[in-house]
Amino acid sequence: MNWLVPLPVILPLTGAGLALVFSRHPRAQRTISVVVLTLVLMVTVSLVWLADGGPLVVNVGGWAAPVGISLVADRLSSLMLSVSAAVTLCVLIYSLAQGLTDGDEETPVAIYHPTYLVLVAGVANTFLAGDLFNLYVGFEILLLASFVLLTLGGTVARIRSGSIYVIVAIASSLIFLVAIALVYSATGTLNLAHLAERLPEIDSGVRVVLQLMLLIAFATKAAIFPMSAWLPDSYPTAPAPVTAVFAGLLTKVGIYAIIRTQTLLFNDGRVDNLLMVAALATMLVGILGAVAQDDIKRLLSFTLVSHIGYMVFGISLASQIGLAAAIFYVIHHITVQTSLFLVVGLIERRGGSTSLTRLGGLAKVAPLLAVLFFIPAMSLSGIPPFSGFLGKLGLLQAGVAAGSPLSMSLVIGSVLVSLLTLYVIVKAWNQAFWQEVPDDLPESKLIGGMVGPTAALVSLGLALTIFAGPIFAYTERAAVDLRAQTPYIDSVFTRGDRGEGESPDAVNEERGRT
Amino acid sequence: MSTLAAPNLVVVVVIAVLVAGGVYLLLERSLSRVLIGIILLSNGANLFMLVVSGPPGGAPIVGLTPEEAMSDPLPQAMVLTAIVITLGMTAFLLAMAHRSWQLHQHDEVQDDEEDRRIARLAAIVPGVIPDRALPSTLDQEAAEARDETAEILEKPGDEGDAPG
Repeated sequence: MNWLVPLPVILPLTGAGLALVFSRHPRAQRTISVVVLTLVLMVTVSLVWLADGGPLVVNVGGWAAPVGISLVADRLSSLMLSVSAAVTLCVLIYSLAQGLTDGDEETPVAIYHPTYLVLVAGVANTFLAGDLFNLYVGFEILLLASFVLLTLGGTVARIRSGSIYVIVAIASSLIFLVAIALVYSATGTLNLAHLAERLPEIDSGVRVVLQLMLLIAFATKAAIFPMSAWLPDSYPTAPAPVTAVFAGLLTKVGIYAIIRTQTLLFNDGRVDNLLMVAALATMLVGILGAVAQDDIKRLLSFTLVSHIGYMVFGISLASQIGLAAAIFYVIHHITVQTSLFLVVGLIERRGGSTSLTRLGGLAKVAPLLAVLFFIPAMSLSGIPPFSGFLGKLGLLQAGVAAGSPLSMSLVIGSVLVSLLTLYVIVKAWNQAFWQEVPDDLPESKLIGGMVGPTAALVSLGLALTIFAGPIFAYTERAAVDLRAQTPYIDSVFTRGDRGEGESPDAVNEERGRT
Repeated sequence: MSTLAAPNLVVVVVIAVLVAGGVYLLLERSLSRVLIGIILLSNGANLFMLVVSGPPGGAPIVGLTPEEAMSDPLPQAMVLTAIVITLGMTAFLLAMAHRSWQLHQHDEVQDDEEDRRIARLAAIVPGVIPDRALPSTLDQEAAEARDETAEILEKPGDEGDAPG
């Protein structure tokens, strides 16, 4: 069943091409996008099931692993793939309904669909990449698509926020590129499995430099504290569905890259303390920023930054339960954050604004909207029994088990941040859903096509709560494999130091490097 | 081989100059300067990749160069890919700078007004809900916040086609 592995990249890219061909036929475009993303969802869900039996590897073009490019779908990758496929499908349907009712004034359909599909392909490519350069290419694909989506329509506000986003993204990509050059010159390979074997052999000082360079590049994309200022500045101005998919997926791609490199390439734990400090700072700075906000989109962007800290916390513990909880938290957060942004899109439509001072009385006007906001919001702030609580519980257990002063202070910090998140959410709830109904409430109705996908995502979040046991067990198995490294390496190198496929006896010909 | 393996000092200096200039320009407010900064920086990164990834050699084509004198083809392929990607990014940034010019008659990145509003709120009246009159003064503030390039551009005095 290995042929399934490249499909999450191939299908959206093909769909993007088709959508471009049919750029004058909006109906055909919509059909293509929905069909493609539904297929991707089916493929990725079956990958989750298949990868439980061991990582699936495809050597692209039939060239054996360290020479050719390999795509690897292990438990972590396929779990991320399937959640991102579900989220992107929901957001697409939401944006279709929004586009239909708004007459597509803000989103020129001709480029929206191809770009969106390219974004999905880029995200999938990043999750599947089996070598560093392919990871870089995946990042670039999704970044270029995200540039276009973020500046759709080219309005004043979007160009302003877009320029910050674009410049930061390009700068971090260049850092990544330099890091790749350094890794190649130090080890002579970029294949992740090959690197896992070779990196322990090089000088440990050099290794730390490589690790830090990669971390800086990924941390910028994941919005970890010193490199997080761009996010709340650039996300809120985009159209609601675009913000939703960015908030859900793009930062998590950075987190995924950090998990991958921290477990597979650099598992000696030398920067774990640094990561812990960064995690604590990210949590606190993010949530304190959110407390001050008046606009609900910006408020959520700040909580997004803050909750990235939880995932970094789990990664930095480098224990089995910490890693498992971090992966669970990533899954939970993708779903919850995306649904919250979709709900905010609905709030903006019903209440006519995203400013908390102008909103009011929505619980009376639109009770369904209140329910849709309440569930993910409570999950985000970690109220039992929702998935956010379960993820945080796992992280706290892992933190207490680690027992060092730093991890204990992180435990305290994360509880505090959780409370502050609750405060922020309650404040938003109080101002938007309670209070008097403002006089200038627009006469707009909620559309089923937009409420439906939002409700689907909210119920996906609920499903994460109900099936938390099996899912947590799955992430725990993923964490075991990640920490052991050998399942990944062995599945890539099925023939000793080569993968499946064509390769000359290149082992002896490798030239010596200094 | 061993003499060839050491990177040429001139190339290293060129990389240093490209990166330093790139970083300096990246910190500017004007998008066209940032654009040039990114071009410099990415060229520096690409050159760096070529230099660090092995000794130079002949074209890596079987039959043309003996195998031991070949250069490593992989970094060349990667640099090519990186160049193409950066070209796309640069083109996008150029389009954004142009759009910014269309909208504002300048291409400087503005401050985030919402951010400034929150900051002012914290500084002046803690705890008081803002009224809706604020944005007008903010437009003025945003106009004042533009940096020195605008003044330089405005000095020549001719309205039509100001920048070269």
